[in-house]
Amino acid sequence: MSAASKAGVMELVRKTGLTGLFFLRLLRACIPALARPRLIIAQIYNAGARSLIIIMLSGLFTGMVLGLQGYDLLNRFGATEALGTAAALALLKELGPVLTALLFAGRAGTALTSEIGLMRATDQLTAMEVMAVDPMRYVAAPRFLGGLIAVPLLTAVFNVIGLYGAQLIGVQLMGVDHGIFWAQTQSALALKDVTEGIVKSVVFGAVVSLIAVNEGYHAEPTAEGVGLATTRTVVASSVMTLLLDYVLTAAFM
Amino acid sequence: MRANRSLEIGTGLFVLLGLAALLFLSMQLPANGLKFSFNKPAGYLVTAQFDNIGGLKVGAPVRMAGVRIGQVTRIDFDTNTERAKVWLRIAAQFNQIPMDSSASIDTEGILGAQYVSISPGGMPTYLKNGSQIIQTQSALVLENLINKFFANFANKSSPQSSGAGAKEHK
Repeated sequence: MSAASKAGVMELVRKTGLTGLFFLRLLRACIPALARPRLIIAQIYNAGARSLIIIMLSGLFTGMVLGLQGYDLLNRFGATEALGTAAALALLKELGPVLTALLFAGRAGTALTSEIGLMRATDQLTAMEVMAVDPMRYVAAPRFLGGLIAVPLLTAVFNVIGLYGAQLIGVQLMGVDHGIFWAQTQSALALKDVTEGIVKSVVFGAVVSLIAVNEGYHAEPTAEGVGLATTRTVVASSVMTLLLDYVLTAAFM
Repeated sequence: MRANRSLEIGTGLFVLLGLAALLFLSMQLPANGLKFSFNKPAGYLVTAQFDNIGGLKVGAPVRMAGVRIGQVTRIDFDTNTERAKVWLRIAAQFNQIPMDSSASIDTEGILGAQYVSISPGGMPTYLKNGSQIIQTQSALVLENLINKFFANFANKSSPQSSGAGAKEHK
């Protein structure tokens, strides 16, 4: 092994450890942060409510594509009455949580990283520490909690709009019977399928928020450093979302 | 203060919307979730009793000559007649279905979504709210049909196969 790759591996191990330690500190800061709900509400608004439009639009078109593709596929087997079931399962278990997490990383995760990174670069975090104000408690924890709460709610909205989109195409455009569409969906879906989606969305919310806050907090305090940290947020949270998605799916089998 | 207020309202709306979506997903969608029904479609209710409804479900369409005229709103078991009782809500504009029409349960597609098919009779009086369709035909349960077929097949072929076996032996 060359010296460069050895240093690369060491750097990876160090960053993993740094993130892990940061996560523990973050969890410890979350309990006192709950005493100031106003800070968390502001973050739910920033990360969640302002991502609503992009989530709804993406959900609608994802559902509509599922309706078209699902109809085309099922029509080859003469089984178009299963369209509702297929669309609902795909949305609730996979597309809803994963696409919402990816969109959230792009829309809100980057904003979190650059905001905290810029606070670091302009020494605002240091100033807080000097004033004996814990930036973990006042900056990092509310943002993490805001993301953690916002992602499952966004996922649920995505799923409902997506189902409506699939119904729009399947029933209104392709002429699958309305009653059959919903009756088959309801009879085929179990509470377990819904729970799987919710568990996934909570995990993705935690992971994406953790990565975004961590990257911002440890960004190099330069303009370039903040830019790099933002890029790393998107890359790391996308990869982690897809990786954990596989692990969770396997765990729920 | 104003900015704070609108922020809180925005967050509240978002959280309520998300919770409503979560409730819909976990209660309305799955088969074992708690359900409310809030849409009361217009039309009139007709009942029909079947010996076996197979896999008919609430929400399944009611068809006449292949055209959708209504849907199944409730399925119950009648303890007096020991048959399945099915409530059909038929849209108001189809108000000239003869009293002696018959109902059967048919299957659509290979995955077997079932629906109620109504074949018109010839009486000059028409079905109205609360009337019952007397003539019914049960669902065709594929498993029973296959069982019958194989039972038949086994009965017919057993003497022949033993004869063939004897021949071969010789």
